[in-house]
Amino acid sequence: MNYIFYFLIVVSIIAGAINGKLTDVVNAILSGAELSVKVAFSLIGIMAFWLGMMKIAEKSGLIEIIAKIIKPVTKHLFKEVPEQSPAIGDIAMNFSANALGLANAATPIGIKAMEELQKINKDKKSASNAMCMLLAMNTAGFQLIPATVIAVLIGIGYKNPTEIIAPTLLVTSITFFSAITLAKIFEKFWKPQKGDK
Amino acid sequence: MFQALMNIISLWALPVILILILTIGLFRKVPLYETFTDGAKEGFQVAVNIIPYLVAIIVAISMLRASGVIEMAGNALAPLLHYFNVPADTIPIMIVRSLSGSAALGVFSDIAHSLGPDNYATKLAAIMVGSSETTFYVLAVYFGAVGISKLRYALVVGLIADFIGIVAAISVCNWMF
Repeated sequence: MNYIFYFLIVVSIIAGAINGKLTDVVNAILSGAELSVKVAFSLIGIMAFWLGMMKIAEKSGLIEIIAKIIKPVTKHLFKEVPEQSPAIGDIAMNFSANALGLANAATPIGIKAMEELQKINKDKKSASNAMCMLLAMNTAGFQLIPATVIAVLIGIGYKNPTEIIAPTLLVTSITFFSAITLAKIFEKFWKPQKGDK
Repeated sequence: MFQALMNIISLWALPVILILILTIGLFRKVPLYETFTDGAKEGFQVAVNIIPYLVAIIVAISMLRASGVIEMAGNALAPLLHYFNVPADTIPIMIVRSLSGSAALGVFSDIAHSLGPDNYATKLAAIMVGSSETTFYVLAVYFGAVGISKLRYALVVGLIADFIGIVAAISVCNWMF
């Protein structure tokens, strides 16, 4: 990430100079910083709502029930996570919310899952294998129905917007399974975390 | 028929989940209001924790987009992608979709409006945008919330998967349309 961060900023400045857009690049610092805070603050309310709901789901044992149902799958994907950790149930809820296209619910629940994984993480600064797996599941962006895209297609008078669903689902499934497989492969070959054998 | 079913699912998914959580909570004698507010308290802290990570990523990406380098990369890639029957209009989406979701959606919207519903580029763009998630944003938010700054292989996996997604979108679109 250190190199990418360096690369993004230095390349922007050099390319901006070449293209005569240096003023735009400098202005983008301010607008980008403002946007970051806006994004973070817009998350507060919905984050609070779902963290509250998830607390109820956890106390009532619902998360535990969900965790039991999907255990056959998750025990391979998240080997290091102990069975009694609420993380597994949270991860299942995060996946379901993503699949249903409920992004507003998926993000807070995913963060809740990350917090549970952080509790059992050996090195609090670096991502555990389980965290990388959860991230891989989320960056792949698996969802059953691409609602936003369909809305745009309906807007331009696309005759049969639902014909886009099958190919999109196929592509998103391929991406999702690639991401999981890659995470599993990298887990074996990447340098282990501090304190890991 | 299918579309009606789809609408029902997207309308009812959230309400059903809420009813389920609350009803089970009530039956198991969980103090609903107390527990909810107790959990919700963390919302503010989590959002504030994310800010430094978001600033790092969003500022860097905003600078990159303003610099015109994405158009340069697009022009460089155009001849190669033309060979694979990929319309030049869709190239910005491939480059930008891991970086910024709103930008990718914006480009898609432009393509859809300017080229119209029957164009191949509109379909390819729709599939590419519909099947992707903004890798850098997810990374900043999810890891930022718990203070992870050493990503290990998380970003590499995300980006390779994004690349596979692009190849898959081109192949599937070629095959089906």
